[in-house]
Amino acid sequence: MAIDSDVLVVGGGLAAITSAIAAAREGADVRLISHKSSTLRQASGLIDALGYVPATEPAKPLREGPPTAGRELDRDEWPDPEGPLADPFEAVDRLPDAHPYRILGADALREGLALFDDLAGDAYRGGHTDTNALLPTFGGSVKPTARYPAAAEAGIASDDRPALIVGFRSLTEYDARAFAGRLEAAGVPFDAAGAEVEFAEAFRADTKVTRLAKALDHDEEIDGVPAREALAKAVAPHLHDVVDEAGGVDRVERVGFPAFLGDQAGDEVRAELADRLGADVFEIPMGPPSLPGLRLEDRLYDALDDEGVRFETGNPVVGIETEADGRVETVAVDRKGRETPYGADAFVLATGGLVGKGLDSDREGVRERAFGLHVEQPADRYEWFVDDAFGDQPYARFGVRIGEDGRALDAAGEAAYENVFAAGGVVGGADVAREKSASGVSLATGIVAGREAATEATQ
Amino acid sequence: MTRHTADDDAEGVNETNETDEANKAIEANEADETDEANETHGPAGGDRSGSDPTASPGVPKAGRDEQPSIFVPDDGETGEATAAATATDTTATATTAATDGGVESATGGSDSTDLDPDAYDPVDVFPGGDLDLREGADSCYKCTSCDTSCPVAEVDEEFPGPKFQGPEQWRLKRKEDHDIDESITSCSNCMRCDDACPSSVPLSQMHNEARGQFVEEQMEKLSREYIRNRILSNYRFFASIASKVPRLANAATKIPGAMKLGEKVLGIAGDREFPDFATQTFREWWKARGGAQVENPDKRVAYFHGCYSNYNTPEVGKAMVRVYEHFGYEVMVPPQKCSGTPMFANGMLKDARRHAETNVENLVEAIGEGADVIASCTSCSLSLRQEYPELFDIHGIEDVSEHTYEALEYLRINEDLEGELAGTELADEQAFAYHAPCHARNQGLSRQAVETFRDVDGVQMEDVGDSCSGISGTYGWKEEKYEKSMEIGAEMFDHMEDAEGEVGMTECPTCAMQMEHGTGYEVEHPLQLLEETVGA
Repeated sequence: MAIDSDVLVVGGGLAAITSAIAAAREGADVRLISHKSSTLRQASGLIDALGYVPATEPAKPLREGPPTAGRELDRDEWPDPEGPLADPFEAVDRLPDAHPYRILGADALREGLALFDDLAGDAYRGGHTDTNALLPTFGGSVKPTARYPAAAEAGIASDDRPALIVGFRSLTEYDARAFAGRLEAAGVPFDAAGAEVEFAEAFRADTKVTRLAKALDHDEEIDGVPAREALAKAVAPHLHDVVDEAGGVDRVERVGFPAFLGDQAGDEVRAELADRLGADVFEIPMGPPSLPGLRLEDRLYDALDDEGVRFETGNPVVGIETEADGRVETVAVDRKGRETPYGADAFVLATGGLVGKGLDSDREGVRERAFGLHVEQPADRYEWFVDDAFGDQPYARFGVRIGEDGRALDAAGEAAYENVFAAGGVVGGADVAREKSASGVSLATGIVAGREAATEATQ
Repeated sequence: MTRHTADDDAEGVNETNETDEANKAIEANEADETDEANETHGPAGGDRSGSDPTASPGVPKAGRDEQPSIFVPDDGETGEATAAATATDTTATATTAATDGGVESATGGSDSTDLDPDAYDPVDVFPGGDLDLREGADSCYKCTSCDTSCPVAEVDEEFPGPKFQGPEQWRLKRKEDHDIDESITSCSNCMRCDDACPSSVPLSQMHNEARGQFVEEQMEKLSREYIRNRILSNYRFFASIASKVPRLANAATKIPGAMKLGEKVLGIAGDREFPDFATQTFREWWKARGGAQVENPDKRVAYFHGCYSNYNTPEVGKAMVRVYEHFGYEVMVPPQKCSGTPMFANGMLKDARRHAETNVENLVEAIGEGADVIASCTSCSLSLRQEYPELFDIHGIEDVSEHTYEALEYLRINEDLEGELAGTELADEQAFAYHAPCHARNQGLSRQAVETFRDVDGVQMEDVGDSCSGISGTYGWKEEKYEKSMEIGAEMFDHMEDAEGEVGMTECPTCAMQMEHGTGYEVEHPLQLLEETVGA
């Protein structure tokens, strides 16, 4: 006997959640299964739509050779990517034909973002405009993004108020002074200074950011002083550190911290710090482990629950059973050694790409793991990549190809199965790292796949 | 534990003798348990004497599970664990240590002059072998998802987290002069890291192995901590004695100062309330009712009740039997010992193995008679499914793993539970604050109770969130861990208070203790509610 639902979504990230909710809102009974905890916890928490259009051709076109004939070209022989883009929507037409935005249209992106705005509520900003915001990232650069956590709002780079960036010696991956220097070098329109303060020193040098967040959540006493007060006291002496061009000293109006200002009680922690410092407080999104990602994960899983989607995490999909007419009838879920069939009228594959492990690769080839769908790739693996690490890497665009209704396609470009749709990182055609488009691709493909799957299932 | 009362004054002198006796008592205890082993387990189990497990249908194909266990020597083997490991590695001819702590390169390493790139595939340079967790260690790309999911690291900055305890420590201990870091004993074995890891690094397996090695090789066997941990992990031994005189045992734990004394002498958290022992154990009840009431060779299940449902909450076991009989199953109750969960968490792998041998032998036999194995405790089911095959090489252990399910999970897969419950109604409205145990999470079961009862009229089931209860079996029972345990649990307590229900619900007995301890709520098992709902 199979565990049945109208729509079964395989995956646990942004695309999976988006498609599950989109399908549920169409009236389908939806179940989501994810092998592991959501990879949202590794995400920055920023929702990018499209920040750049990277070049796919060298400045001087090569006359002959395979697509990677330019693999040994010097970086300088490639044009710079176009961007940062102010408007992600108007640039969609300049992306390659096989890009999911081109296939689904800019409206899919717009609708995906609108659904996200609805789910994220007041925890996110940026929904009021089509224009990208510029946010400082943890590497000290500035990144165009469509939506950003409310916690990061005061850090927006187009704001000209002077900013103090706070760092901690024990947080080795992040140096506040170097960070402030890089921000100024990036040409931000405000003065910035970095300061390293004593606070995290009360903890061990390798303390996890979750531990620091918890201490602030609970306002634990550190050497007899409540954590939030201790942190504010450590920062206060540096409020006048910013020196402007004329040599004058400003009292900063905003203070940026690495993103560990509380988990459950983040808003409260930020408000108290702002109150004590007399300045706006913002978080700078970090790499993994990422609290903004964890908070987003919590929020979106609560939303799944509210929308009546059933979900479970812990067991992988390892295969499929098809019917005589070529539809997928059930998928096999490996429940600790025993395969259990899960049946549905329509399936959404949203297992992620090479990093999320929806795609698997070895020396023989690149494969889609759950449904065994076609992944277009050069037969010679030396054509999977080019020498320039930041160049136009063919493997970055590997993935399942989809039609304009989100259906997964086979090698001939026909629907692989009438009732299988794909969304998110497992979909090929986008170079999300260079385009800064990962979240947008997940939202656009997710909403289309979810709706179409619901339509297929309830027909 | 009450026997220490007299030693209070002379604690320092007598402790060693006392505790050494405790060690011996635990080991000797196995011999006394023939009474249970001789019990029949329902009609189908009557002719078990003389049956050869390998001859039964559905029982293991010879050889495929005959691998050496990863660390612990077979019981009875006296050799050092490391010796046992290399001794069983008969396939490896060259086991000289390479400079990286691994095994010497099959191609002779970089010094070799006749390296022919066509003759080998670089990925095959390192020979695998059964004990090799290298692949797991190599799969770790340091994303730190495990650390962010670790409930202990969240409250205890002294704990370096699963990424260190797993892959990093595994690499360190390739070198012979590296001890296992003592912090491994702070891991509560909640196994959340397994579920968090996107690369399927076998973190809990690495932790279990390292902890076993630490306890075996580095821990002072007469230390108070060792004895305390041994007692906690051998809960079954003490429960089996206490349940012979349940009223006396219950009274003894409530003597003013008794728990404080336990804290002082043994380091068992004095603020905890010791669970009550049932006046009639589940097995006594089962025997008294005459075993199974339903015979059905086509639908058989072997119930692994575990220690707690037997000695402390037999109502859970009774609910399991009644619900399964309601659905037409023939329930078997094979002889069984502890699933090993508390032993793994304390590195007592030898104890766990001894119990596993009994469990596997009896469960394999039941499987041979057509049964699947059903546990009502999610830690028991996880242990049989995952830790058993990861840690032990007992014949048939893979079959036990593949045939084991949690009770509600099995019904959801094999019965139309949704159809059965649709339209049902509870006479009195009840609201529950449900907490999913970490070990349920790893089996994909963290939402099943909420989803199962969603459609029942009169039941309101609220998920109190994905935080850990903090007790993690024996972890929260340790004096030095008690406060951390309550700090981890604080989030769950808050969410329980916020939830509408005034009754808690969970599958795990120790989570239930913690829920009760933190909120004063009564706590039920989903099977009890299911029994009430289907009117079994």
